[in-house]
Amino acid sequence: MLLSLFVVNKSGGLIYHRNFSSLAKLDTNDTLRLGSMWHSLHAISSQLSPVPGCKGIELLEAETFDLHNFQTPTGIKFFAVAECKSHGVDRFLKRVYNLYADYVLKNPFYELDMPIRCELFDLQLTSEVTLTMN
Amino acid sequence: MSSKGKVASSVAGERINSELFTLTYGALVRHLLLDLESPEEVNKQLDRMGQNIGVRLVDDFLAKTNTTRCRNFKEAVKTIADTGFKMFLGIDAKVTQIGDKECKMVLNDNPLIDFVELPEKLEPLSYCNLLCGVIRGALEQVSMKVEVLISKDPLKGDERFELHMKLLEYINEEYPFADD
Repeated sequence: MLLSLFVVNKSGGLIYHRNFSSLAKLDTNDTLRLGSMWHSLHAISSQLSPVPGCKGIELLEAETFDLHNFQTPTGIKFFAVAECKSHGVDRFLKRVYNLYADYVLKNPFYELDMPIRCELFDLQLTSEVTLTMN
Repeated sequence: MSSKGKVASSVAGERINSELFTLTYGALVRHLLLDLESPEEVNKQLDRMGQNIGVRLVDDFLAKTNTTRCRNFKEAVKTIADTGFKMFLGIDAKVTQIGDKECKMVLNDNPLIDFVELPEKLEPLSYCNLLCGVIRGALEQVSMKVEVLISKDPLKGDERFELHMKLLEYINEEYPFADD
């Protein structure tokens, strides 16, 4: 079960966030801060690896949740918080990347690296979430 | 629809009439010529517009083809030729010359110039300069700074349409992009 989704641009700014459950919500400032902190953590993790070519944290397992991270070759991070051992989250993140490429980047009025405010993207995402949850 | 009216298709499978696309591009170039008056300025503007398209389109490409990170210029060039042109323009491109820093790519067909005859006084105009910009913009997003020029142009009497790409540098951005 998916709990929330974050999208962070390549400089670490949070450009999208959405909650899918009614569990405790973070306020906007907190999500912004956590988004950019994750960006740094991810960068640190790839530097920590003794083996060259590390692409950073892909999955973080905690006692109460899993965090799945997907980074595109262009440096955008899509990450989702889900219940432990949820299936299909990675696939979901790739689908979100597809939706982002279609409904955000192809919208001529969307400014790159800015917060995503696209209704079509929201709608498509909602149906993708429903699909993943079932 | 004339016999030339092929259909451009993308990996996603959506199709549009390529004539609509060709004519829209033609109208755009005409309009730029009216606005800017000099062909050189139009070239620059087309390149800039292409770049803006490229920086957005690259994600579409990566998302839909599941391409993993290209390690170097050669790989990137091959990917563009083999998949990129096919996906966005529905045409085949062939890499004819390739080195670590430079390459030449021939397009077997170019829908942008299907109906175009370039008047003599517009000789300096690079009609398809938008394509150069697109490639430049796209590669810029994956840490490669390149220069793209049209080296052979059927509108100027050459037989084939040929692009010349030159790698200027790998942008070693602030990490997490740092390559190994």
